[in-house]
Amino acid sequence: MKRLKLFVVSLFILTMAVSPVFAADTIKIGAILAVTGPASFLGSPEAKTLRMLTDEVNAGGGINGEKIELIIKDSGANPEKAISFAKQLIEEDKVFAIIGPSTSGETMKIKNIAQEGKTILLSCAAAEVIVNPVAKYVFKTPQKDSFAVKKIFMQMNKMGIKRIGVVTGNTGFGKAGKAQLAKIAPDYGIKILVSEVYDKKATDLTAVVTKLKSKDIQAVVNWSIVPAQSIVAKNMKQIGLNVPLFQSHGFGNIKYVKAAGAAAEGIIFPAGRLLVSDALPKSNRQRAVLLKYKKDYESKYHEAVSTFGGHAYDAFNILVKAIREVGPDREKVRDAIENMKDFVGTGGIFNFSPTDHNGLGMDSFDMLTVRNGRFVLLNK
Amino acid sequence: MIIELFFQYLVAGITYGIIYSTVAIGFNIIYNATGIINFAQGEFVMIGGMTAVTLNAFLPLPLAIIIAVIITMVVGALIDIIFIRWIVNPSVLRMIIITIGLSIVIREIALHVWGDGVRALPYFTGNEITSLSIAGVHISPQVLWVIGVCSVVVIALNFFFSFTLVGRQMRACASNRNAARLCGINAKNIVTLSFVLSAGIGALAGCVISPITYVQYDSGTGLAIKGFTVAILGGLGNSMAAVAAGIILGILESFSIWVLPAAYKDAIAISILLIILFYRPSGLFGSREVFRLKEF
Repeated sequence: MKRLKLFVVSLFILTMAVSPVFAADTIKIGAILAVTGPASFLGSPEAKTLRMLTDEVNAGGGINGEKIELIIKDSGANPEKAISFAKQLIEEDKVFAIIGPSTSGETMKIKNIAQEGKTILLSCAAAEVIVNPVAKYVFKTPQKDSFAVKKIFMQMNKMGIKRIGVVTGNTGFGKAGKAQLAKIAPDYGIKILVSEVYDKKATDLTAVVTKLKSKDIQAVVNWSIVPAQSIVAKNMKQIGLNVPLFQSHGFGNIKYVKAAGAAAEGIIFPAGRLLVSDALPKSNRQRAVLLKYKKDYESKYHEAVSTFGGHAYDAFNILVKAIREVGPDREKVRDAIENMKDFVGTGGIFNFSPTDHNGLGMDSFDMLTVRNGRFVLLNK
Repeated sequence: MIIELFFQYLVAGITYGIIYSTVAIGFNIIYNATGIINFAQGEFVMIGGMTAVTLNAFLPLPLAIIIAVIITMVVGALIDIIFIRWIVNPSVLRMIIITIGLSIVIREIALHVWGDGVRALPYFTGNEITSLSIAGVHISPQVLWVIGVCSVVVIALNFFFSFTLVGRQMRACASNRNAARLCGINAKNIVTLSFVLSAGIGALAGCVISPITYVQYDSGTGLAIKGFTVAILGGLGNSMAAVAAGIILGILESFSIWVLPAAYKDAIAISILLIILFYRPSGLFGSREVFRLKEF
């Protein structure tokens, strides 16, 4: 009997402790991110960023007094999981909006689900097809992948490079890059003499770069993620293939430079300005935002900030700004995002419109290079 | 130029081959003692590499490698003692399922311990861009390190299995466990020892190849598939044959890139595995008669 009393009393205490949470109004924000798995280099910093921002907003009293409840689902970059999580978030959790997914493949799979569920989707993935054609409820914050390709080719034109070799990993990211490179190269008068695909888990690529060496090329473009992007750099230097190496914007994490060590020197790649925020002139409008994000993230998680976390940072802040302006009404918030102009984010300055659900221009990318183990602006 | 290219592909092939071989040797040891394939072998390679990288942050490289090898050996011993030792008369299928399960568990634990980052030990000699150039053919000094370590391990193992009492006991257990027990061999301890040994060799392999291949929480699987292919190709249980088979496979893969798109490289490895399994399951260097007497 005594035990029963104790049990009942503790149950009461428990419910009392819990009840205030139920009493307050919350805004539920879902996130489908590849926290683990092959795209964890995207999803992991994105999830950390969202948690940090949610804590920050809630500590500051929430959005107009309403706290944010963040629900992160780890898709492991698996499109099937992304689909079921999207349905779960929309139908069961009835979230206000979804941030993510991290990868383009997943985003394309749930584009229609978000559209039918009339739930705002702010994708953190690069592919242009996410917002082209425009879907009413689907937005994305990273720069389009076609911009990255164009930036690379513009740089090649400047350097007088006409014949190139392309190597890509056999991931969705690599395939999309390969297709974009092949499509856009003729516009810039560049010939792709050799294009090779390798396994994403390749342990050594000496034979592939030997094949590149046997062709008369002036530069190499590699489109893949870790660890292959470091292996390509190493193997090129080891066999004495001394032409410039261009990487995709996926190289945008200082960890990869460390992994490639001395072989990373001189790699050229397009990226948002987050990586060189310290070096930006005072007049740059993004400078304050970038430095704040970098400082907050690095002091909280003790790891170097990456542009990918920045995409989630932008998505979250765009959403919060819209809710603050028009209140937690889904249709109004959607309209507010669509008409948002001049929003300064980590990826660039966003100018959304009914025909452009990305809102970033070509100027959101800069060409960076590696010098003495650090990212610096090229041509400077 | 063609001659140079030929040798450059050859060097690339030897590099691939020697990486596969170092992994394959670990498969052979447990096979030699138990007659099963340990599908968690790739995970030993990963644990060895990861632990060494972690330790290297505050220890000199040789010491970090030695301690990493010892830690992995302890992990190998624990795996056997906790999951395998108590099974009475294990069937091959059951053991395979257990080791596959273990490999998944180890991978998940590694993800939680080390995160998803890609790591590597520093190059033992020189750095990422150092290469020795012999008549226009370039080779990374780390490849020579791997070849050296692999040779020493193979010779030592051959000696161990042929001339030491424990080594012979191990082989006895593999060919007939009950008969070995009747001869007074403690079969359970021998199996534990084989796990310790193969974990140690896997870890050593993980350390020497990590500057070339990098190591990540899930890098064991890919290595295990190639290592398994090579072990089968050479004939299970024979380390010397594994090295020869590894280099053959590596060279085939490398030259395939010369004439075919690189994307076919792994298809070639798997095709060879299937052909060998169909037509010569005893491997290139294994004896058909001996193979027919084995359980699989």
